[in-house]
Amino acid sequence: MSRILLKGGRVIDPSQQMDSTCDVLVAEGRIEACGPRVANEAKAPDVQIIDCTGLVVSPGFIDVHAHLREPGREDVETIATGARAAAAGGFTAICAMPNTIPVTDNQAAVGFVLRQAQLAQAARVYPIGAISIGQKGESLAEFGEMVGAGAVAVSDDGRPVASAHLMRTALEYARTFGIPVADHCEEPTLAHGGAMNEGAVSARLGLKGIPAEAEEIMAIRDILLARRTGGHVHLCHMSTRGSVELIRWGKERGINVTAEVCPHHISLTEEDIGNYDTNFKMNPPLRTADDVEALREAVKDGTIDVIATDHAPHHYDEKEREFADAPNGIVGLETALSVNLTWLVKSRIVDLTTLIERMSTAPAKIFHLPGGSLRKGSVGDVTVFDPDATWTVDPKRFVSKGRNTPYAGRELTGLVHYTIVGGRVVHRPAQH
Amino acid sequence: MTLSLGKDLLSLEALSREQIQLVLDTAEPLKEISERAIKKVPTLRGATIANLFFEASTRTRVSFEFAEKRMSADAVNVAASGSSVSKGETLVDTARNLEAMRIDMVVIRHGSSGAAAFLADRIQSNVINAGDGTHEHPTQGLLDLLTLRDRFKKLDGLKVCICGDVLHSRVARSNIWGLTKMGAEVAVCGPRSLLPNAIESMGVTVFDRIEAAIEWADALNILRLQLERMQAGYIPSLREYNRVFGVTRERLDRAPKDVLILHPGPMNRGVEIDSDVADGPHSVILDQVTNGVAIRMAVLYLLSGGKASLADAAKSGGADS
Repeated sequence: MSRILLKGGRVIDPSQQMDSTCDVLVAEGRIEACGPRVANEAKAPDVQIIDCTGLVVSPGFIDVHAHLREPGREDVETIATGARAAAAGGFTAICAMPNTIPVTDNQAAVGFVLRQAQLAQAARVYPIGAISIGQKGESLAEFGEMVGAGAVAVSDDGRPVASAHLMRTALEYARTFGIPVADHCEEPTLAHGGAMNEGAVSARLGLKGIPAEAEEIMAIRDILLARRTGGHVHLCHMSTRGSVELIRWGKERGINVTAEVCPHHISLTEEDIGNYDTNFKMNPPLRTADDVEALREAVKDGTIDVIATDHAPHHYDEKEREFADAPNGIVGLETALSVNLTWLVKSRIVDLTTLIERMSTAPAKIFHLPGGSLRKGSVGDVTVFDPDATWTVDPKRFVSKGRNTPYAGRELTGLVHYTIVGGRVVHRPAQH
Repeated sequence: MTLSLGKDLLSLEALSREQIQLVLDTAEPLKEISERAIKKVPTLRGATIANLFFEASTRTRVSFEFAEKRMSADAVNVAASGSSVSKGETLVDTARNLEAMRIDMVVIRHGSSGAAAFLADRIQSNVINAGDGTHEHPTQGLLDLLTLRDRFKKLDGLKVCICGDVLHSRVARSNIWGLTKMGAEVAVCGPRSLLPNAIESMGVTVFDRIEAAIEWADALNILRLQLERMQAGYIPSLREYNRVFGVTRERLDRAPKDVLILHPGPMNRGVEIDSDVADGPHSVILDQVTNGVAIRMAVLYLLSGGKASLADAAKSGGADS
C-alpha cells in the first residue's frame, strides 16, 4: 500500500487541540505522522503527495445515523451506493440503521451489512442492530451475538420504543457489551398521523401536527431510565428547544446521555415547507426558528454531542405525492458538511474545530469507533475539504441513489476534496 | 393591468381583498341565470372541465356541475371509486392523463391537504380546489362571504364566529382567510380538543363557551361535527357536545340581538345545530346553497379569462374574448 502525504494543509484535529498548517503522512492504513516537519521525512519514492494548500485536513467524518435501505429496498439505496455517497460527502465511516427489510436484528444480518460494505471499498460501514426482534417493540434482539458479528450500537430507529419497560431492559442489557442504545424519541399516541410540526404553520396548512412534546416526553423518559440503569442512551435527531433543555438537565446530573442533531434541524424551519413540498418532510419534523436557535447553541456548548445525517433516501415516485402520504426523510450524506459550514461556521456560531469535533472526534468517542483523530497510530481516515468554496446543490449529481433533498438549487459553502479511508483515497475532486 | 385570479383557485389565503371582491361582484349578476326558466348561457361553450372527486360529495359536486352546465361547458365527473384511482393510480398520473386529453379545467376534491396545489403545479389546466383535506375549501368560503354580504350589505366590521370542529375543517380555514381579508372580525368556538393549537396565529379570537360566542356574534357559521371525531377520542359523546356546544333556540333567545345562522352542510340536526335553528327565521343555510352555484359560475368564468366588467354581458354569451 502506498503512502500518502497530505502536504501544507490547515490541519485541525480536536483530539489533540491542533489547528496549524502542517503535514499528515498516512501509511499502512494508519496515521504515520502529523506535524510540521513530516514533509522532509517523507522523500521515499512510493509517497503520493497531495497538495493541501488552502484546504482543511481533519480526521475523517463519522455519521452515526444513516439509512442504507439494503437489504430490501435496493432500488432506493444500497450499502455500496450509500458508502460511496458517504465518501463523496467527506465521511470515512457511517453507521447503518437496522430498519431494513428484513430488519437487521441478528448476527447473520449484521454480517451481511459488513460484507457488502467490504465489497464497496468506500466509507467504512458499521452496522447498528435492532433493539427488539423485528423492531416490533416486544422482545430484545440478541445484542451479544450482534456485537460479536460487528454491531456497534442498537436502535429501533424509524420506530419509537413505546414500552418503557423494553427501553429499561435494553439499557441494562447493553451494559454488558458497552454499546449505546440509540432511541428515536417519539411518543406514538401524540405523534400519530402527524405530518409536520404542530403549530401555526400546521394550523394554516391543515396538516396534522406532531407536537414538540411527542419528542420531549420520550427524551426525558430515556434520560430517567439511563439514570436508573446506568446504561448509555443516545438520543437520535433531537429537534426541539425542550429536548435540549432536558439533555442539559441530564448531563448536569452526570447521567450517561448523548445526543445528536441533523443538519436540516439546524438550518431549516417549518416555514420552509412552503406549498407542501415533500422534500421538507421528515421525522422528527422541521420545527420553529426558536428551536433551530436552541439546537445551534447546543451544538456550540456540547449539549448536543454529534451532528448526524439521518440520511434517508426515498424513491422519486414515493416523494412525488400528497404531503400527508409521502414518506419521511431526506438524503443528507452529500450535503451535511456544507450545510453545517453554511449555517454554523459561516454564520459564526461555532468554529471549525468545534464542527470537526462534532462530526468526527465525538462520534468516534461515544460510539467507541476507530478514528476521530490524526494522532500517530490512529486509523488512516482523513477528510480534506475547502471550507470556503461554494457550490450549488444539483440532486442529479448525487452519488446516492436518493434525490430527495430540501437543498436543491441552494448555494452552499464548503467542498470535500479528498476522503481517505484506511490510507486509501476513496473520493477525490471530479476535475483531478 | 386588469385584476384576475391567476391560473388556479387553490385557497383564499392566496387571494387579495380585491380578488375576493372581484369574485363576489362577478357572482352577483350571475345569480339571475339560475332563476330563469331556461338556465343556460353559452359563456363557456367548448370548454372541457373534469370534476375529480376523490372524496364523496353531493352538494359541492352537484353545485359545480350545475355551474358548469349552466355556462355550457362540457363537464365529466370522475369519482375515485370505480376509476383508475381505485386501481392504485397515483394523483400525479391521474393528472397527467387528464392533461393528455387536453382539458381546460379541473375541479378537485381530495382527502389530502395540499392535493389541489400539487395538481396545479403539475398541469397546465386551471385547477379549482373543491376542498383539500383539512386545508381549504375556497368556493365554500366565497359563497359564505356572498351570503353574509347579501344580508348585512357589508363585510367590514362584521363579527362572525365559526363554531365546532375547526381542527378538521377546510371550511373554517377558508372562512377565516376570506373574512379577515374583507375586514370582518372572526372568532372560533368549540372544545379546545377540536381547535388547532395555534389558531390565534390566524388572527382569530377564541370563545370557550358557545353562550359567549352567541352574545358577541352577528353571525354564526356552524360546522358539521363528524361522528369519527368521537370515535377518535376528541370529544366524549355527541350528546354532551350538543349540551355544551349545540346552537339551540334557547341559547339564541338569550342573545341581545338576532344572530344569522350559516352551516356548510350536511347538518347533524340535534348535534351541532337544533332543527328549529336550522329551519328558523335567521337561517340562511339554503341561501348559501343557492349562492354556491353563482360563486362557482363566477370562478369558472374568471379563470377561463373572463373579465368581471363583462360578467353581465357574459350572460348572453360572447364575452370570451
